[in-house]
Amino acid sequence: MSENYVKGGSFLVRETTPEEVFTPEDFTSEQLQFAKTARDFIDNEVIPRNDEIEEKKPGVVPELLRKAGELGLLMADVPEEYGGLGLDKASSALVTENMSGQGSFSVAFGAHVGIGTLPLVYYGTEELKKKYLPGLADGSLVGCYCLTEPTAGSDALSIRTKAVLSEDGKHYILNGTKQFITNGGFADVFTVFAKIDGEQFTGFVLDKDTPGLKIGPEEHKMGIHGSSTTTVIFEDAKVPVENVIGEIGKGHKIAFNILNIGRFKLGAGAVGSSKRALEHALAYALERKQFGRRLAEFGAIREKLAEMYARTYAAESTVYRTVGLIDQLLSLSGGGHDEAALQAIEEYSVECAIVKVFGSEVLDYVVDQTVQTYGGYGYCAEYPAERFYRDSRINRIFEGTNEINRLLVPGMLLRKAMKGEVPLFQAAQALQEELMGIPSLDMDADLGLLDAEKRLVANLKKICLFVAGVAAQKFGKGLAEQQNVLLRIADLAIQAYAAESTVLRVLKDAAKRGEDRLALPIAAARIVCEEAVTTAEATAREALAGIEEGDTLMTMLAALRRLVRRTPANLVAARETIAAKLVEMERVIW
Amino acid sequence: MKIMVPVRRVPNPDVKVRLKKDGTGIETEGVNFLVNPFDEYAIEEAVRITEKSGGEVFLVSIGGPENEETLRAGLALGAHRAYLVDLGGECYESSGIADILAAVFKQENPDLVIMGKQSVDTDNNQAAQMLAAKLGLAQACFAYKVELQDGKAVVQREIDGGLEVKEVELPAVITADLRLNQPRYASLPAIMKAKKKEVKKVTPADLGAEPKNRARVLGLSEPPPRKAGQKVASVDELVDKLVNEAKVL
Repeated sequence: MSENYVKGGSFLVRETTPEEVFTPEDFTSEQLQFAKTARDFIDNEVIPRNDEIEEKKPGVVPELLRKAGELGLLMADVPEEYGGLGLDKASSALVTENMSGQGSFSVAFGAHVGIGTLPLVYYGTEELKKKYLPGLADGSLVGCYCLTEPTAGSDALSIRTKAVLSEDGKHYILNGTKQFITNGGFADVFTVFAKIDGEQFTGFVLDKDTPGLKIGPEEHKMGIHGSSTTTVIFEDAKVPVENVIGEIGKGHKIAFNILNIGRFKLGAGAVGSSKRALEHALAYALERKQFGRRLAEFGAIREKLAEMYARTYAAESTVYRTVGLIDQLLSLSGGGHDEAALQAIEEYSVECAIVKVFGSEVLDYVVDQTVQTYGGYGYCAEYPAERFYRDSRINRIFEGTNEINRLLVPGMLLRKAMKGEVPLFQAAQALQEELMGIPSLDMDADLGLLDAEKRLVANLKKICLFVAGVAAQKFGKGLAEQQNVLLRIADLAIQAYAAESTVLRVLKDAAKRGEDRLALPIAAARIVCEEAVTTAEATAREALAGIEEGDTLMTMLAALRRLVRRTPANLVAARETIAAKLVEMERVIW
Repeated sequence: MKIMVPVRRVPNPDVKVRLKKDGTGIETEGVNFLVNPFDEYAIEEAVRITEKSGGEVFLVSIGGPENEETLRAGLALGAHRAYLVDLGGECYESSGIADILAAVFKQENPDLVIMGKQSVDTDNNQAAQMLAAKLGLAQACFAYKVELQDGKAVVQREIDGGLEVKEVELPAVITADLRLNQPRYASLPAIMKAKKKEVKKVTPADLGAEPKNRARVLGLSEPPPRKAGQKVASVDELVDKLVNEAKVL
C-alpha cells in the first residue's frame, strides 16, 4: 500500500486543505442519477405502502427489496463478477442516504446490503460468492447477520453459540440462540457467528432451510415496526464445512471489519432521514397557521428549522469526507474486495465511529425538533413526525452503541499514537508548551472566508489534544478504565472532526461556486463551529475538573480559556439567513 | 424501426418558480433540472416499441452543454443514442426549435417521432405540431395509446367525453399524454451503460438548419397574490359587498 495517503485519525494533528476533502458537491451527474432513482423508488414504491409495512404484512418488505434489486439498488457493494456493480463507497453511501424516508424499510435494506451481504463479499470462498452473491445483489435472496445473543450484545466476543465438527468431518453442528436479528423473519441467507468447540470464533453461512435452524417470534419494538427482528435458534443445525467464511478462529475480524462499513452507512442513512424530517417540518411550518400567521413566520420555529439544517449539513459533510478518505485509500490498495480493502476501511475506524455517533445524534435532534414543530400533531401517529421520532432512536443503539463507538475513538487514537502512525503525543507535548508560554494578546485579523471558524476548528483540535494529554499523563495505562474521561475525549474529537469537515466543505464549494451562492452553507458553518466550541468548553471543563484539582486545575482552566477565546458569532443572524431562504424557496436546498 | 424522441431540459416542476428581478427569466439558484416529464412518456413508448419489434431510439435535446445530463438521464431509460444541439447561448421559440428538429429528422429519416405533448416549463404545446407541418407529416397529438401496423400508427386520443381513434401514415409525429404508459425507473446498471452511449454534439449550422424566431418573449411576471377573504355578518352585508365592492352583481 502506498504511503501517500491521509492516516486515519490524523485530522487531530494535521491541517487539512479544502481541496483534499471529498464533499457532496463532488458527486458526478451519474452518481446523482443513482440518488434520484433511489429517492424516486422510496417516494413512489415504498412510502405509499407505509401502512402495510408497519403492520408487518407478510411478503411486502421482501417484495420491495426484490423490486429494489431489479433497479440495481442492492448492487452497489457487490463486485461485477458476482452480479453487482462494484461501485465506490461514495456511490454506495449516496444510495443508502436516499433509501431513507420509511425507517422500517431502510433498516431492512441496510441490513441486507450491509451486514447481510458484505461478509460474503469480503470473506466468502469463490464457491460461496458464486452461490449467494448474485441472488443477494438482485434481491431474489434476502440476507441477515446473526451475531448478537441474549447474553452477548456489546460484548460480542462472549457469544455462546457453539459449533462442533461432525464425526464424518463434513458438517459443523450448531447450537445456540441469536437475538435481535434484523430481517430474521424472511431472510434466505444467514451469516452466523459461533465458536467452534466453544473457543474458535468463526463465521458461517447458512441457508434458510438448514435443518435445525428455527426462527423465533418477532420482537415488539419502540420504532421501525415494519422491520423484522426475531430470534434465530440453532438446534443441531447442520452446516456443510464449505460454508465457513473467513479463517477458523478469525471470525471476529469479519464481525468488526464489516461494522466499519456499517457505521459510515448508518451515518449516510441518518443524513437521509434528517433531510426527510426537515422537509416535513418545513412543509408543515409553511402550512400551519396560528395567530393568523404561518408557523414559518415565527422566530421560535424559524430558529429550529435553521438549526436542523445546519446540523444536517454538518453530518453530511462528515459522512462524505470520511467516505472520500476510504475511497482514496481503496483505489490505492487496488480497488478489490478483499482483506486489503477491509484494511483500507479499517484505517479510518476512528472516523467511521465518529460518523456513526454524530450522524445518529444529529438525526435524533432533528426528529425531536420535527415533532416539536408539529406541536400536538407531532405526537399523533397520523402525521409522519411521530414515526420519524420512534424510528430514529435505534440508530444510537445498533452497529455498536454510541457509547461503544465513543470509547473506540480515543482507544484507537491511542493505539495509533503508540504505533507511531499518528504523532499525537508529540502534538500534545507541543501544545502544552504553547499553552504554558506567554499568550499572544492580539486577536488574529479575520479577513478571508470563514477565517474565524478555521481558527475555532484549530482550537477544537487543540482542546481535544489538551484534555487527552492531561488524562494520559494522569492515568497512564489506567486511562482505559476511566470511561467518563474517555467519553469526553471522544466528544471533543467528534466536535472537532464535524466542525472541520463542515468548514472544509464550504471552502471547497466556495472555490467552485463562488461565495455569493453560499449564504446557507456559510451560515451553517458559523453555527456549527460556534456551538462546537461552546459545547467543547463545557465538556473539557468537566473532564479537567474530574482529573485535576486545586492550582493545577486552575492553570489548566486558564489554558482552556485561551483556546476558547473568541468574539461570539451572531447565531441569531446566521439562523435567520438560513430560515429566510428556506421559507422563501418553500423547499430545503443544500 | 427508428424512432426520434426530442427531449427538453426543464426545471424540476416540484420547485416553486421564482422570477429574476428584471423579469427576463427564472431564478436558477437551488433549482435542479430534469427530463421534461411528458418526454419521459415519449421515451418509454419508443423504447417499448423497439424492445418489442427491434430498431433504435435516438434522442435530440436542444440547448447548451448542460443538456448532456438530460440526455444521459434519457439514455438511462433505454434510448440508444442522442444528439445534443448546442445553440451557443441563443434561444428559440417553438418555431425555431421545430426548424432544428426538422433538420435532424432530414439527416436521420426516422420512421416515427414521439415527443411529450408539451414541456412543463413554458407549456407551449406547439413544437410537435410545427414540426409535422414543416415536414409535411401526419400528426397525432395527446396519445393515450399507440399501436403500430405496417406503415401506419393507430393512435387513441383522449378527448372530452371519450376517445378518438386516429390512423396516421408513417413517418408521423405523435405526442405523448400522461396516461400513455408508466415510465420505468432508470436502474443503476442502465445509468452506468448510458454513460457509454453516443451523444453527438452538433450546432444548428452543422445540421444545415436556419432556425428563425417568429415570436419572442417580452417578459415574465408572477400572478398577482390572492387577496384575503372577508367575513360577513349577514346576507344583506354580503349582497351589499357583492354589489358595491366587488361589483359582480
